[in-house]
Amino acid sequence: MAPFDLRLQEVHNKLTSKELSVTDLVNESYQRIAETDASIQAFLTLNEDGARAAASELDKQLQEGGERGLLFGLPAGIKDNIVTEGLLTTCGSQFLRNHDPIYNATTVKKLMAAQSITIGKLNMDEFAMGGSNENSSFYPTRNPWNTDYVPGGSSGGSAAAVAAGQVYFSLGSDTGGSIRQPAAYCGVVGLKPTYGLVSRFGLVAFASSLDQIGPLTKNVEDSAYVLQALAGYDEMDSTSAKVDIPDYVNALNGDVKGLRIGVPKEYLGQGIDPKVKEAVLQALKVYESLGATWEEVSMPHTEYAVATYYLLASSEASSNLARFDGVRYGVRADNPDNLIELYRKSRSQGFGPEVKRRIMLGTYALSSGYYDAYYLKAQKVRTLIKQDFDNVFANYDLIIGPTAPTPAFRIGEQVGDPLTMYLNDICTIPVSLAGVPAISVPCGFADGLPIGLQIIGKAFDETTVLRAAHAYEQHTEHHKQRPQL
Amino acid sequence: MSITVKDVEHVANLARLELSEQEKEQLTGQLNAILKYAEKLGELDTDHVEPTSHVLPVTNVMRDDRVRESVSVETAMKNAPDEEDGQFKVPAVLE
Repeated sequence: MAPFDLRLQEVHNKLTSKELSVTDLVNESYQRIAETDASIQAFLTLNEDGARAAASELDKQLQEGGERGLLFGLPAGIKDNIVTEGLLTTCGSQFLRNHDPIYNATTVKKLMAAQSITIGKLNMDEFAMGGSNENSSFYPTRNPWNTDYVPGGSSGGSAAAVAAGQVYFSLGSDTGGSIRQPAAYCGVVGLKPTYGLVSRFGLVAFASSLDQIGPLTKNVEDSAYVLQALAGYDEMDSTSAKVDIPDYVNALNGDVKGLRIGVPKEYLGQGIDPKVKEAVLQALKVYESLGATWEEVSMPHTEYAVATYYLLASSEASSNLARFDGVRYGVRADNPDNLIELYRKSRSQGFGPEVKRRIMLGTYALSSGYYDAYYLKAQKVRTLIKQDFDNVFANYDLIIGPTAPTPAFRIGEQVGDPLTMYLNDICTIPVSLAGVPAISVPCGFADGLPIGLQIIGKAFDETTVLRAAHAYEQHTEHHKQRPQL
Repeated sequence: MSITVKDVEHVANLARLELSEQEKEQLTGQLNAILKYAEKLGELDTDHVEPTSHVLPVTNVMRDDRVRESVSVETAMKNAPDEEDGQFKVPAVLE
């Protein structure tokens, strides 16, 4: 069995017994990248020298014995919108193609404290705007299950790298589904934590009221380990939550007896591929057999979520991306006549079409005369969407549905049709607007492409989400399937 | 409500974007399609609904007002496209 198919505990046992070294793990990573990344294109930047040096250090520590970090020696990929000191961070954008960050994101510091190894930076839709990785301004990542198909997005590189066995785990970011949807398309486990649980400091901001960092892994237990390393209050993030952090791994006891599951009829209605629906219904049968109960519920504002999201996220983005002006970092246009022209030309040359489109939409929605009709209206509808969740969670422990309405689509199939592309996020966006946690786990295949099951929990109740996901995984084999590369 | 190429030019100016004629045409069509879809929200009565800007019940998070270490000027200038004497250099603002 390849080392990256082992559970974290098994890897650590092999390190202890000297069957494996950290250098072996890092070699495995770069060898796999050398074999597969010409076709997958998951990586934008490799950290080979840094990773090998770190591996030697950890191997020395292994010889000497003593305490080891939670993620000791595990090769990790990091989405390219999470800043890494001294390692290029481009956000998938030409604007930042040479950007060499001067500090580490809090999550990167936490990974260093947990002693994982940074293998490189992962491809993404430019500034996390997109659901297919086709908006990367460098090259599109491809789905390891079929390279004619998209890996999803915006954390497409993060999902594909784990699915292809290039890294043991990766970090992604999720604003409207950007961890969960690519996890579903690539057949891996992707967790979006509750808003505020994981620090956003050093995550290049897209939509600040929605952005969250989370792990992509091969199984639920590893997801719990990585979350354990990432979660916690950070004074550098003013929206960081002061909550007690439970023992996530310990919560995986397989017991879902008596758990009450709500299944929104809106998540299995129009636009949902029958094969996806069937896979979700099969998963619910597994829960029934384990002693949980499920009932159909209604979340009547679901149909308004996509419009609400695109107004709010684009408005926040238009404000956040104002910092990219060509003055302090990033590209600067040649020979501008004056300062305004410097801003205008630098931004126009540096941003791709989807980023321009969202900045334009957001600027319009926030502009004088339209603010109440679009931005404020969307904020109010966000309240109604959040109330849908509160109402269901008053009577149920979890909400379950599909992660995405269909499996992955072909590269090029939806380019030029932004609205259709946006509707791929119909099942993930409401969760982001409500700020609650959700995980996507593999629950089947349609024509050789993976399908994801989305398990949604109450705010800060990651333990129930992980426990339910883990119990399902223990009784199914979908997560053990690997793409042939 | 439908937006025109002129509206697109106005918004592009606010957003400090320079668009080609082709981009303006394309964006006019696409923004109209997206805004038309967003008009769906008008179906909902939200007169007595409070807006949500944020899901966490936190406001005005303060830190202690004390002097702390910060990045050096040299570090801060590391990615500057143009600089002079430890300052970001831009074209003249005043004639």
